[in-house]
Amino acid sequence: MKNYCVYITGVGGQGVVRTSIIMGLACAKKGVGIVMSEIHGMAQRGGSVPAEIKIGNAYSPIIEQGGADLLISFEPAESLRAMSKLSKDTIAVVNTQPIIPVTVALGTSVYLDPKMYLDELRSKLKKVVFLDAESIAREAGNVLTLNMVMLGASSATPGFPLEKEFLVAAMQENLPAKAMDANLRAFDMGFEQAKKDLQ
Amino acid sequence: MSEILTAQPGTKLYLLGNEAVVRGALENGISVAATYPGTPSSEIGDVFMDVAKDAGMYFEFSTNEKVALEVAAAAAASGLRSFVWMKHVGLNVASDSFMSIAYTKINAGMVVLTADDPSMWSSQNEQDNRWYARLGNTPMLEPSSPQEMKDLMKYAYEISEKSGLAVLMRTTTRISHMRGIVTVGEVHVGKKKGEFVKDPFRFVPMPAPAYAAHKRIIATLAELAHDADVSPLNKVYGKGGKLGIITSGPTFNYAMDVVDEYDLKADVLKLTFTYPFPEKAVLDFIKDHEAILVAEEVDPIAEKEVFAILGKNGLVRKIYGKLDGTMPMAYEYSTDILKAAISKALGITLPEKIAITSDLKLPVRPPVWCPGCGHRAMYYATKAAIEHLGITNAVYPSDIGCYTLSAAAPYKMADYLTSMGSSIGLASGLSVATDQKIVGFIGDSTFFHSGMPPLVNAVHAARKLVIVVLDNRITAMTGGQPNPGIPLNGMGEVAPEVSIEAIATAIGVGFVKTVDPANLAAAQTVMEEALGFDGVAVVVARHPCVMIKSKDKSTKQKLVFTVDKAKCNQCKVCVTKFACPAMFIDKDGTIAIDQALCNGCAVCVQVCPEKAIGVRR
Repeated sequence: MKNYCVYITGVGGQGVVRTSIIMGLACAKKGVGIVMSEIHGMAQRGGSVPAEIKIGNAYSPIIEQGGADLLISFEPAESLRAMSKLSKDTIAVVNTQPIIPVTVALGTSVYLDPKMYLDELRSKLKKVVFLDAESIAREAGNVLTLNMVMLGASSATPGFPLEKEFLVAAMQENLPAKAMDANLRAFDMGFEQAKKDLQ
Repeated sequence: MSEILTAQPGTKLYLLGNEAVVRGALENGISVAATYPGTPSSEIGDVFMDVAKDAGMYFEFSTNEKVALEVAAAAAASGLRSFVWMKHVGLNVASDSFMSIAYTKINAGMVVLTADDPSMWSSQNEQDNRWYARLGNTPMLEPSSPQEMKDLMKYAYEISEKSGLAVLMRTTTRISHMRGIVTVGEVHVGKKKGEFVKDPFRFVPMPAPAYAAHKRIIATLAELAHDADVSPLNKVYGKGGKLGIITSGPTFNYAMDVVDEYDLKADVLKLTFTYPFPEKAVLDFIKDHEAILVAEEVDPIAEKEVFAILGKNGLVRKIYGKLDGTMPMAYEYSTDILKAAISKALGITLPEKIAITSDLKLPVRPPVWCPGCGHRAMYYATKAAIEHLGITNAVYPSDIGCYTLSAAAPYKMADYLTSMGSSIGLASGLSVATDQKIVGFIGDSTFFHSGMPPLVNAVHAARKLVIVVLDNRITAMTGGQPNPGIPLNGMGEVAPEVSIEAIATAIGVGFVKTVDPANLAAAQTVMEEALGFDGVAVVVARHPCVMIKSKDKSTKQKLVFTVDKAKCNQCKVCVTKFACPAMFIDKDGTIAIDQALCNGCAVCVQVCPEKAIGVRR
């Protein structure tokens, strides 16, 4: 079978790894194969945190050039940093809230208007979903549910291989019980938003 | 309790390679485990700390890798199965004792895991520790997935016990930090205590016993070479065809994905039991093919073995690999790299997926200290002290840990670094070689790891230099493991604290002072005193790691720091000189504080010349 390749990226602390763990647990529940690659250590201290996932029968999680079916990006500029993994057929789900690195204030690098990164992505890819996941998470009751907003939105995209029942079961296994309501709300709100955008 | 310990046989868990290997140890009756944390091996220790007590075994975070290896060796010599792991450069630290293990012949299985870091995601070099198998006469296994990291522990202990040698397991970042579904087996509780039976001719490798032992080792390795040749761990994944691809670890995965995706006619030989090199198995594989592609990270080790086999057997084959330029000599491989190499070897062109491109400028996002990190405050205070004293020639030898990030702007205060503990040894040398002002920086865990001998050296050599010990009360860069400076051990129990100040004083350091760098003025004063001291001065800058503190749910109500926009004259000292990632230039050009990132250290309040930063409860 053809593998389904997901490139997830963001900045250390945004919940990239947690999101992918929930996808992995959902795969285990559904009975499909998954491999994933994470970056730990020095790279995590406020740096870019990419994770690569293949769902199916792949041996290695490392996605080929242009090979991502889905990009889940927690940050506008980071979505474009992933470009070598994206093709015009990649679907991108992107959080529109930027995180400005210290190098910008130091004057050693620039962060363009976030809209420019998003427009660039929109012009290069056939399908994109842009959402202010931070505000949605807050509305869901907890800003920390941002990653579940992103997962919910991703699950609304065509071709996404994991059904809600498996994702919810995985969330219930992996997330604290007291935060479950907010997380489920966040997931649903992300899903609805993406569904609307994709129409 | 962690499911890594409790999961019933047959359960499928979604585990990191570094988690799966712990289950492997637990399934094989491990009694003693030890490590010094280092990426990409650190999570192994985190899991053991979590499960050791309930598993009825012993685990410790040792002061360094050499001690960890010795703890594991002593356990194995006493008849207990042991496990020790470290990042690749950690094996350099442990190498002195590692080299002697083979000469002493252990009594129970011992596994040494080295987590190599091709592409240097979190390391100072790209050394290939497969050389250590050869150097240390140690059989080696190379897993390619989390499932194998677990499963190979069984083989590793069997090989170790059969041979009396330790077994080296070589992973890389992409295997240690690969997550996948792992089917677990049954946990077997190891023996609690063994017994050390004296046998000096064996355990004390003086010249005569070592002389005899080397011959025994050679014979043992010859037997193991046969085992490797017939081992089911070395296996051909055949699709037929004239090309044979020799792989191990992650390169097996890349090769298989290419062969599967494009349905290519090529056979893939997966080598898992890789030292002693399975010469006969590889010879058979070579004979069956017209051309061979060798895919290995980092050095051309297997490739040279292949050439030796060709030479010995008078065979001629086209060998694609690093030596003919087909494969890169440096950095980790990928599916794309294997795809290009296999296409070349088969003389075919495979369809390319076209990646998008963009000319838009992307921000540089390097790793930085967390908001509220005490290191930033101490570097800021040190810089202020240096400037206040008019010192213009200061050199800052550095060390391994979060403070290595001082190399970046705006601090640029890491000038020379070679290894763990190097700050103090290099400081000594720089003070001999130059007339410059020498200020070395080292962390608490690193000080215990390898900072003490060079400090003794500096005192005894009567050097004039300043050493700042950045004591954040944890081993931080690797994710937050305990060290001898805090009252907690690897079993999660209360443990005796070892005092850095008492050590420095006992060594004979003439100036030992402690300061909390969150008080900038006090830190600057202490640094100025230390810089004026005629001898070795040690400043302990003690401020708990914010990453650890933020896990502490008991913290009182959070203080909210804000910038008074009326007072702020946009001098930007806070963002360009102090450079806290929680502070940023807002759309209107004024400074703002991101409340989600701020950890409330209050140092920016002291940094601001206009007193524009205030607190609100």
